[in-house]
Amino acid sequence: MKKTIAVLVENHFGVLSHVSGLFSARGFNIDSLAVGETEDPTVSRMTIVVDGDEKTLEQVKKQLNRLIDVIKVIDLTEEDFIDRELVLIKVGVNSKNRSEILQISDTFQAKIVDVKTDSAAIELTGDQNKIKSFIEILKPFGITEIVRTGRIAMGRK
Amino acid sequence: MKMTGAKILIEALKKEGVEVIFGYPGGSVLPIFDVLYDSDIKFILTRHEQGAAHAADGYARATGKVGVCVATSGPGATNLVTGLATANMDSVPIVAITGQVKTFLIGNDAFQEADVTGITRPISKHNYLVKDVNDLATVIKNSFHIASTGRPGVVVVDLPVDVQIHEADFHSPEKVDIRGYKPTCKGHIGQIKRAKKLIAQSQKPVLYVGGGVIISGASDKLFEFVKKTEIPVTTTLLGLGAFPGTHKLSLGMLGMHGTAYANHAIQESDLIIAVGARFDDRVTGKIDEFAPNAKIIHIDIDPCAISKNVKVDVPIVGDANSVLQEFVKDIKKPNISKWLKQVEEWKKKYPLIYKKDSRLRPQYVIEEIYRITKGEAIITTEVGQNQMWAAQFYKYDKPRQLISSGGLGTMGYGFPAAIGAQIGCPKKVVFDIAGDGSIQMNIQELATAVLNKIPVKIAILNNGYLGMVRQWQELFYKKRYSYTKLEPCPDFVKVAEAYGAVGIRITKKADVTKAIKDALKINKPVFMDFHVEPEENVFPMVPAGQAINKMIGALA
Repeated sequence: MKKTIAVLVENHFGVLSHVSGLFSARGFNIDSLAVGETEDPTVSRMTIVVDGDEKTLEQVKKQLNRLIDVIKVIDLTEEDFIDRELVLIKVGVNSKNRSEILQISDTFQAKIVDVKTDSAAIELTGDQNKIKSFIEILKPFGITEIVRTGRIAMGRK
Repeated sequence: MKMTGAKILIEALKKEGVEVIFGYPGGSVLPIFDVLYDSDIKFILTRHEQGAAHAADGYARATGKVGVCVATSGPGATNLVTGLATANMDSVPIVAITGQVKTFLIGNDAFQEADVTGITRPISKHNYLVKDVNDLATVIKNSFHIASTGRPGVVVVDLPVDVQIHEADFHSPEKVDIRGYKPTCKGHIGQIKRAKKLIAQSQKPVLYVGGGVIISGASDKLFEFVKKTEIPVTTTLLGLGAFPGTHKLSLGMLGMHGTAYANHAIQESDLIIAVGARFDDRVTGKIDEFAPNAKIIHIDIDPCAISKNVKVDVPIVGDANSVLQEFVKDIKKPNISKWLKQVEEWKKKYPLIYKKDSRLRPQYVIEEIYRITKGEAIITTEVGQNQMWAAQFYKYDKPRQLISSGGLGTMGYGFPAAIGAQIGCPKKVVFDIAGDGSIQMNIQELATAVLNKIPVKIAILNNGYLGMVRQWQELFYKKRYSYTKLEPCPDFVKVAEAYGAVGIRITKKADVTKAIKDALKINKPVFMDFHVEPEENVFPMVPAGQAINKMIGALA
């Protein structure tokens, strides 16, 4: 089971290591972690996607809350939320498949951000399903590199 | 008025009421030690930084105050680590100050540099690296608040040497405000109501009490609750003393080396009321078979402790004292006379026993210490057989009487902890129950005890073995005593004398009483070297991974 958790933390050095260290010390699996400043410059927001059973996920939330530098833990899975991730994909290109790749990218509203004679870099933003299916469709063309930002998410309330 | 960081530190410590600091000097704490040179705070120079951390821990456990220790950067700080991990695991409030290399050298692999905030992160409640002297006073204020409130623990303040020299105005905030730290103290009223209902309906209830009751000062409330309900009480190792060990409703300690009657009572119970305990694996044994018919009420200040190991029916997050205060209000006494009869039968049928013959057995030594000190001494322990016998055969009637490394199980803890406890409680008799293995792990603190005239008594249960490991090898590894024989041990009497302490060797059972009485008359540290039965075992025992009523060595 995967859970998306937003964590508001004090925006100073050492906080990220407290959070990531907690995950390794307690044996929790992080799928992704994205962090950045919020509307309040003294507060950073982390979006963490964790994998585990119900009991583990409960512990994750409690342990995060226990950290002094953690201001608030929001379990987004419990409410309606929007999530996005940005991914850069490098794919093999030749004269035969170029137009097809362009067309697919167009359909997904992805952007071609760099083109070379034998490869293209494509940027896509979207939720997990969109990104997953885009990668699946591009696979047969030969993906040479994928870079993902990790999920960011916000509640709709 | 401007003052240096070092001066600010000491002023801030004084403002927190610190009376004594344990520690060891070094290059990166020179400015602090220069201020300490003519400060009125008492400084206890240990002979190893680990000793300083344990002594601060013993002081904190004996008094309930925050323990403070100081060490230099790099090896000084890493030497503190075992002591800090020990304290943090047992929820002991400590503020540890470590020197750090100059701010601009951090990360350069400078001389005596170690990433102290990195190293101590998993073994502390919180830590700080102070890079600006203007933050220092607030950091110290926050550190004491964090260390001593909620579930107490260790706070490390890493202080670069240049910050100790820089100057600032001393402004200590009156109030602490940390937006991410607001421990829940008052229990949820609805949950407390549900719990009380379960208690009133229960037929076979047991109180399972841990160190949290002692930490929160809830012993009186617990006593009142038991008086009203007559529910029998078993405690964890750290909970011993939370409820009088001599009371008829006391079942002593439960778990791996607990009493058979406590373990039977837990396994047969229909309701467990856990207060300030955390269902540690040494307590529960095989978790799937733990108390199969019991509903569980769990009171703890740390939400993480709840439903971590066992599933809880009524969780109550809150301070034990405040929650028990609600519990005693118009509580209905459950109808449990049949259950109490059963418990009483178990107590009669399976008492704690050992062979009472003419040989010098370790249990006898502890019984004699108990008798002669009238059950009023502070007992610290090392770890292993000595610790378990001290838990089984000394009856603790008062909180903060037993000081032992429960969670981490740190050998070498008891002696420096006894020094700290004696400094905190100068009028009490303090005994360290040790083994010949453990005592050698911090034996250098004899110098500290002698120099500071700290009259702790160290009872070495000398069996020439690393006894508990040997016991496991005997029972589960076909008596293949791989590297557990410690003989030849040093001559502990001579060691004591070499340091300027007193040594007594006892080889006969008949000499035990006199030796203890003699030691108590000496106003100096005394090493008592009891040559006990080498292959005595701690029983009863629940083999690892078994249900806690599957004991060996009990009269069953």
